[in-house]
Amino acid sequence: MSQPVAAVRHILIEGNKSYHNITEDLCSPTEKAPTREWIIAFSLASAFLALYLFAVCWTVWKGIGEWGANRSINWAWDITNFVWWIGIGHAGTLISAILLLFRQRWRTGVNRAAEAMTIFAVICAGQFPIIHMGRVWLAFFIMPFPNTRGPIWTNFNSPLLWDVFAISTYFSVSLLFWYTGLVPDLATVRDRAKGFRRKIYETFSFGWTGSAKHWQRWEALSLVLAGISTPLVLSVHTIVSFDFATSVIPGWHTTIFPPYFVAGAVFSGFAMVQTLMVITRKVLKLEQYITINHIESMNKVIVLTGTIVGVAYLTELFISWYSGYIYEQFAFYNRVFGIYWWSYFGMMFCNVVSPQVFWSRKIRRSIWWTFFLSILINVGMWFERFVIIATTLARDFLPSSWSYYRPTWVEISLFTGTIGLFFFCYLIFCRVAPVVAIAEVKAILKVAGDQYIGPDAKNGQNEQVKHAH
Amino acid sequence: MSAENTKVLYGLYNDEEDLKGAVKTANAAHLDIMDVFTPFPVHGLDPILGLKESRLHYLGFIYGAIGASFGFLAMTWIFTSDWPTMYGGKPYWSVPAFIPITFEMTVLFAAWGMTITFYTICGMWPGVKANSLDLRITDDKFCIAFDVTSASDSTVDNLKGFFKNTQADEVNVKMM
Repeated sequence: MSQPVAAVRHILIEGNKSYHNITEDLCSPTEKAPTREWIIAFSLASAFLALYLFAVCWTVWKGIGEWGANRSINWAWDITNFVWWIGIGHAGTLISAILLLFRQRWRTGVNRAAEAMTIFAVICAGQFPIIHMGRVWLAFFIMPFPNTRGPIWTNFNSPLLWDVFAISTYFSVSLLFWYTGLVPDLATVRDRAKGFRRKIYETFSFGWTGSAKHWQRWEALSLVLAGISTPLVLSVHTIVSFDFATSVIPGWHTTIFPPYFVAGAVFSGFAMVQTLMVITRKVLKLEQYITINHIESMNKVIVLTGTIVGVAYLTELFISWYSGYIYEQFAFYNRVFGIYWWSYFGMMFCNVVSPQVFWSRKIRRSIWWTFFLSILINVGMWFERFVIIATTLARDFLPSSWSYYRPTWVEISLFTGTIGLFFFCYLIFCRVAPVVAIAEVKAILKVAGDQYIGPDAKNGQNEQVKHAH
Repeated sequence: MSAENTKVLYGLYNDEEDLKGAVKTANAAHLDIMDVFTPFPVHGLDPILGLKESRLHYLGFIYGAIGASFGFLAMTWIFTSDWPTMYGGKPYWSVPAFIPITFEMTVLFAAWGMTITFYTICGMWPGVKANSLDLRITDDKFCIAFDVTSASDSTVDNLKGFFKNTQADEVNVKMM
């Protein structure tokens, strides 16, 4: 109660819930038998996961030659997918960490699922650089340790190695943050469960009791983890952009990349959160927890970051013209009007033009528009990475090695397969853990909206506020 | 777990405001609260319980400093002494290029160090059996517990009177 709440803030949890209602609503999806929709979705995800595993085996057995990637376009769908997934993996930590620091209390409705999404997206992202190595059994070479190979150390000056550190740190810290937040809620599920189920949740809830001192430490830990995750999340996509920005390829070596990649990551991450939330809230009947206000808030972030990304695209074009450097100019001319022109215009339409409809409050608050645009943005952000990677490499320094890239069925299977992997993990998560942070929602139940004085304020609130002033 | 040898008298409240009021009453009557259990972090409870601020964040800083030093010094040692390698004509000791990894190591050590410390000092690990007084504490009950192992009957009656006065919903005794 000591924290400031904006006077115009809407109530965050609808439906006049009691604490027990919240427990009941949020735990019950883990307690019931799976619904038919879940089984269908899970079977579909598993099928794509199987396709993924098949394509990985195929690649490892036959070699990278099975891909459409060639000598000129040596980073193709795989690295495009890698950057795309990493970008999606940014929203969770952004929502949990940055919004926690900014005391944006609406985050409690969506942070748990968004953090889970982060972890699964990073798992998907991590697949691609490893498969791309070709000889996956030598992947441990990227780990720096005193070895019998010389010792040959890894090159600590290389952004590719920075990536290894950034992504593994990001994954493990996100996992800690997420799991520590989950422990009290797993204890809630444990205390409702019986028999074997109870045993399982007992193991995973680490013996949580809810003691005042534990809560105090838990909050201290969450706050510091949020504090260090904030620069971490910004560093991760910055370092991913260094993979390109520190190279000497026209079209890649631009200083705008780090902020532009981070904005794009937040943009695509929020879009993926929207895609998932719109479905999850419907299927699990969580409309009173993940409200239209949440969706609207996230759409505001989308229109902001989409516009930042749009400015970055235009800045790139302007700077390449302004540089007066013909190779740079050619790289960007080629990006827009070259062989992959369709991907550039696809990107521009999906990422810059389409989110502008969110300036309308009505569209921001429409479920169908939100869902449709979130898909469009995900497609657009995939195009962005493809544009950066494929168009640039297809027209490199020697015209004799200019080339065109087409994915083979193996690459398409790998990509769609990771989408299967992602949903496979997410659907399991929905079954075994509360998708909305129970304890955090209870903590904001009374505070939030107490001072709201708008038209649909709860009875007596206006009176209280008048007294308070 | 050790044998159940602590006798605990506890009362359950339905609301965090009732709980806070009761804790204040207990303080005024100089009752020695063993622990308070809540379903979520109740703000404003720590000062009235006399809980000092957690020092976890100081440890976080120390762990981070260890991570930063470890990362930076390891790269320095490897590239200047153990196996100096020339990359693109850059100096062996190229400090700017070490910054990203140094930063990541800072975060990695701080996060893991703090989390492991948190679970250790709270006595929480996979497989630890929760010693819950009441299963509804993780749902919607707010609990104040007193250790009455060696308390006289009059003390117990006094505590029961306290629970009654502060409108506790339920009062129970449990060995733990």
